Amino acid sequence: MNAVAGAAGFSHRFEGLRSRLPGAKLPWLDALRGEAAESFGAQGFPTRRVEAWKYTDLNPLGHVSFDEPLTLLDGGVTLPPAIAPRVVFVDGRFREDLSDHPGARSLARHLPELEGRLGVLAQPAREPMAGLNTMLFEDGLLLEIGEGVDGGVMELLSYATACERPQAFHPRHLIRLAPGASLTLIETATGAARARYLHNPVYEIEVAEGARLTHGRLQQEAREAWHLSTVYARVAAGGVYDNFTLNAGGKLARNEIHTALTGARAQCHMNGAQLLVDGQHADTTTALDHAAPDCSSRQTYKTVLSGKSRGVFQGKILVRQAAQKTDGYQMNQALLLSPDAEIDSKPQLEIYADDVKCSHGATVGELDADQLFYLRARGIPESEAKAMLVEAFLQEAVESVAEETLRGALARAVDGWWRAEAAA
Amino acid sequence: MPAVNETIEAVQSVTDSGYKWGFETDIEMEFAPKGLNEDIVRFISKKKNEPEWLLEWRLRAFALWQTMEEPRWSAVKYNPIDYQDAYYYAAPKQGPKSLEEVDPELLRTYEKLGIPLREQEVLAGVEGAGSAADARMPIAVDAVFDSVSVATSYKARLEKEGIIFCSISEAVQTHPELVRKYLGSVVPQGDNFFAALNCAVFTDGSFVYVPKGVRCPMELSTYFRINAKSTGQFERTLIIADEGSTVSYLEGCTAPMRDENQLHAAVVELVALDDASIKYSTVQNWYPGDANGKGGIYNFVTKRAACRGKRSKVSWTQVETGSAITWKYPSCILQGDDSVGEFYSVAIANNWQQADTGTKMIHLGARTKSTIVSKGISAGQGQNTYRGLVRIGPRASGARNFTQCDSLLIGDKCGAHTVPYIENRCLTAKVEHEATTSRIAEDQLFYCRQRGLSQEEAVGMIVNGFCREVLKELPMEFAVEAQKLLQISLEGSVG
Repeated sequence: MNAVAGAAGFSHRFEGLRSRLPGAKLPWLDALRGEAAESFGAQGFPTRRVEAWKYTDLNPLGHVSFDEPLTLLDGGVTLPPAIAPRVVFVDGRFREDLSDHPGARSLARHLPELEGRLGVLAQPAREPMAGLNTMLFEDGLLLEIGEGVDGGVMELLSYATACERPQAFHPRHLIRLAPGASLTLIETATGAARARYLHNPVYEIEVAEGARLTHGRLQQEAREAWHLSTVYARVAAGGVYDNFTLNAGGKLARNEIHTALTGARAQCHMNGAQLLVDGQHADTTTALDHAAPDCSSRQTYKTVLSGKSRGVFQGKILVRQAAQKTDGYQMNQALLLSPDAEIDSKPQLEIYADDVKCSHGATVGELDADQLFYLRARGIPESEAKAMLVEAFLQEAVESVAEETLRGALARAVDGWWRAEAAA
Repeated sequence: MPAVNETIEAVQSVTDSGYKWGFETDIEMEFAPKGLNEDIVRFISKKKNEPEWLLEWRLRAFALWQTMEEPRWSAVKYNPIDYQDAYYYAAPKQGPKSLEEVDPELLRTYEKLGIPLREQEVLAGVEGAGSAADARMPIAVDAVFDSVSVATSYKARLEKEGIIFCSISEAVQTHPELVRKYLGSVVPQGDNFFAALNCAVFTDGSFVYVPKGVRCPMELSTYFRINAKSTGQFERTLIIADEGSTVSYLEGCTAPMRDENQLHAAVVELVALDDASIKYSTVQNWYPGDANGKGGIYNFVTKRAACRGKRSKVSWTQVETGSAITWKYPSCILQGDDSVGEFYSVAIANNWQQADTGTKMIHLGARTKSTIVSKGISAGQGQNTYRGLVRIGPRASGARNFTQCDSLLIGDKCGAHTVPYIENRCLTAKVEHEATTSRIAEDQLFYCRQRGLSQEEAVGMIVNGFCREVLKELPMEFAVEAQKLLQISLEGSVG
């Protein structure tokens, strides 16, 4: 068995698998993978000396040797209940037998059609984890919503099974909304309680003129998992990309979102919450590229930390010279519940246009003693009072979610986290 | 500040055009050979008649520097600097003597710059009541001309209070124990590339020691002037405020207009012990280069304060209008419980200027507080970056930080960037950061224009308003000067 650990292990695997990976016979795809392998091979996992990874250390990953997931026999997997028509991936592989959404297609089966579409937005040379994904992806969701079509609500479930040795999978999701189309996509990433795995998905999302995508992501991976995701979204004129990311599971998780507003009056909302308990590290990194005039963006991220946990928020807003009349706002707030928690925050503005309105804010603090006292004085037990205050803290981010199914799923996730936290 | 008169005055001064400090003084100079190597470090040390330990200290720094790489993480862009193509020591032939014996050419230079080196007579005859009777507070000045300090005024008067105010070269001779104890204790030799370079080749700067319980009776000030061609200036300033003392220190600087870029790599160290307070103000007006981005000073500076004592306080105020490139992060290490750090900054980047500046507030002690107010103004092709760090250590219980960074854009070819880092490891700390970027609102301009102000006057007035929170932190004389400077720096940026 191949037991080379870390980045070198992945490079080895690529060399061994190259001719057998999906689409290996397609020259364009093989070249894409080859280039990604070269840059990943040269850089390896990013170290903390890389500015974008200053606060998240992937060093522990370098000591793990990951296995290829085995092809599971049908059945034998207990999935969480569905919240909408769903597409299911188990250990990174599309499971037609478990999926019931009519529009769901496996990326691996349509690769010959995807030249010039796959790999357009992802930047494997710049983001090493996207490099690893490009090099080794085997499957993913291929989704297209036609012009003017309302795609309704769809669930994307990514489930990891428990395995003796840690496994790694790198799904590649390609999503396109044609002009005027709309869709709510709710993604749940989770796994069997004792599973140890690396889930490294990359999304390439195109929102065409006037289309609207609501993209909810509930990261509730197993406690021993690593979740490193990179989302690339491009929004054309008048389009809306609405992303909400809950970062609650895993031992180490990073959600990286790169959104480019490339047409006039495009809009982007990126909101999220990180809920951390003892032993967790979570990182939300956003990069918003205002490349066209009259666009607006709103970001609100909240982090609640308990036990010995560490939260990271990095958010960059770039306003290019062409992006006059930009309206950009970003807020990130952290609430510390424990003396052992640590929060690092790096909001960033880079502005090259003058007729803009951009602001960001960041706060860090603990529960307000006066507020707690107020509630206690009215006979509310301490744990309940704390729960109320934490809920109120998260409210601003959660209430930005207008879509009901997503809001419901989110409320359940927050509730579950708080119950686990109170029990601990 | 009484706003009206000053604003009118400031607006009028807009008509004085250009960089008026750009003249050159023709004076006989002595240079070290061009280039940088161990012999040059030895040469400088010998010139200054330094003790053996200091030479060794310099050589250690030089060895470190040779192993270091020039930092590239900031947003500033410039052509590689050839460290061998510069003079590291340039001094007027006639060495520093008493104030009466200073070369008249030098005195004229400083007069022209508006810096009085001659001590004013105390008007009232009563001894000890001098400062009360004198309407305008005298300012003690240490004048640094290229590599050496040429004069320090009011020394005798300060000595009466036990305050040491002299050039650092002189302090090495007269108070070696203090220099040895504190030099490099805040900014160690290997701190960063430019600090290491400074440690190896620093030539002059000011030294201040304020003894226990003394409130310094006048503003102390250093005026730095780069004059000679192809030189770099490596100043070193060390200020120590002993227990319960208070001092306010001002720093100003100018240089001739030249097409070449000159390097200014300074290190400033401040030490505040229990209950001591240091106020450090800078009006940085190095030659910024011409409208096409040719020439100007590279201002790569390391400034740091250690608030070692309980309840100590350090306040940095800076008005950065000059230099082609500014790379500077005056910082506070808040070690003592209840210590306070402040940073007030106005930075202008006009034409092709680039400024990458901000602060670091490192909270280590309990109940430490810091305030950061930064105002960046970008015009022309200027690029202005605020870069700051607020770090709260696990023992800084009850620590508090408030940060406000505002950027103003004038014109569509400039850039304004904000890069704050917030790192908190303490449950009971509270950190707040806010940043905004906007341009001068049309309605504000319209309002001013409607009342008969020209476009340029209106912009000047609005900019002054934008910077008011910082300017009010400056000592009076500097505030007026700074206001005028803002106007001049922004000239030609509108209309």
